Amino acid sequence: MLDLYRPGASFLHRLPPGPKVLVMMAAGTLLFLFESLPLATAALLITLALYRLAGLSFSLAAAQLRPLALIFAIFFALQYWLSGPVIAGFVVIRLAALILLASLVTLTTRASDMIDMITRALSILRPLGVNPAKVGLAISLALRFIPVLGQITTEVREAQKTRGLERSVIATALPVAIRTLKMANDISDAIDARGYDPRT
Amino acid sequence: MDTKSIVYIALFAALTAALGLIPPISFAGIALPPITAQSLGVMLAGAIAGTRRGGLALLLFIALVAIGLPLLSGGRGGFGVFAGASGGFLIAWPISAAVIGWLVSQSGTNPLRLAISIAIGGILVMYAIGIPWMSVVADLPLSKAVMIMLAYVPGDIVKVVIATIVARGIQRAYPAL
Repeated sequence: MLDLYRPGASFLHRLPPGPKVLVMMAAGTLLFLFESLPLATAALLITLALYRLAGLSFSLAAAQLRPLALIFAIFFALQYWLSGPVIAGFVVIRLAALILLASLVTLTTRASDMIDMITRALSILRPLGVNPAKVGLAISLALRFIPVLGQITTEVREAQKTRGLERSVIATALPVAIRTLKMANDISDAIDARGYDPRT
Repeated sequence: MDTKSIVYIALFAALTAALGLIPPISFAGIALPPITAQSLGVMLAGAIAGTRRGGLALLLFIALVAIGLPLLSGGRGGFGVFAGASGGFLIAWPISAAVIGWLVSQSGTNPLRLAISIAIGGILVMYAIGIPWMSVVADLPLSKAVMIMLAYVPGDIVKVVIATIVARGIQRAYPAL
């Protein structure tokens, strides 16, 4: 399955997803409640130390931040101009610490374990009418639909190319939308025809 | 919830993910992050699938992103993106889709009213949640965050036009969706 998980055997890998998510949320809240440069720097250093403990390289940590490098540069420049170097450094360090910590949870937890945790956590919501089995079905269907949509789009584009319409967004988007909706109706009928009705 | 709704929710979550595969448009060189096609998924989910299904589809999508699947444009995913500066826009997606769904259900088949409904949910509601989030995360004054986001309005208007044409086409092809 497409996944950002990096296999490993550290204690962070073995920890169940629930506690990891809770610690991450608590740390994020603290960093926004107490706005101080030393605290944010400490959080960043501790997070980097945790990457080492999990057996992940610093270059992997840097790779988590690279897509955001431009945003960081814009914020740093704006803050420097508005309120000086200390605040600018603080904002960027806090953002980096939060993103690295959150990525650490993702890198050390399998998506399937996280799905299991969500499904279990959802049973609390059962009195509100949430059916965890149906949520599980929606997750599996969505993951299966992604490649199917890509395939349908390729087919429609090829068909429109023979008509000289390959540059028109609408000429592709509309047939794709109609075909996928028809497919969704067929699948839903097929599921119902098999008597799908989970009560658990 | 009936099976058809579950399948539609999965379909529009998958559609938003598939739109992330379209190469993003860099409009200002390297000065600003590029425009992606993914918010088009939000508009289509609301306009075609309706309030409840559209909102839940995007809720499912951001849940899949949160558990670490790289479904956002550029292969991003995981909890980190919510902590980032554009996290508020992600949180806004389900709300946006639900608002669009409700407004479209009120606006009937008039294309102009359809476009206005999609614009209110897909631009106004999204920015109303995303911009304050950005200003808190980055410690920026609201006015500065608004100025950054102004660069994205033209791209969003193009998406509203595409979403309106597709939604209108679907209304004709499937009158009793």
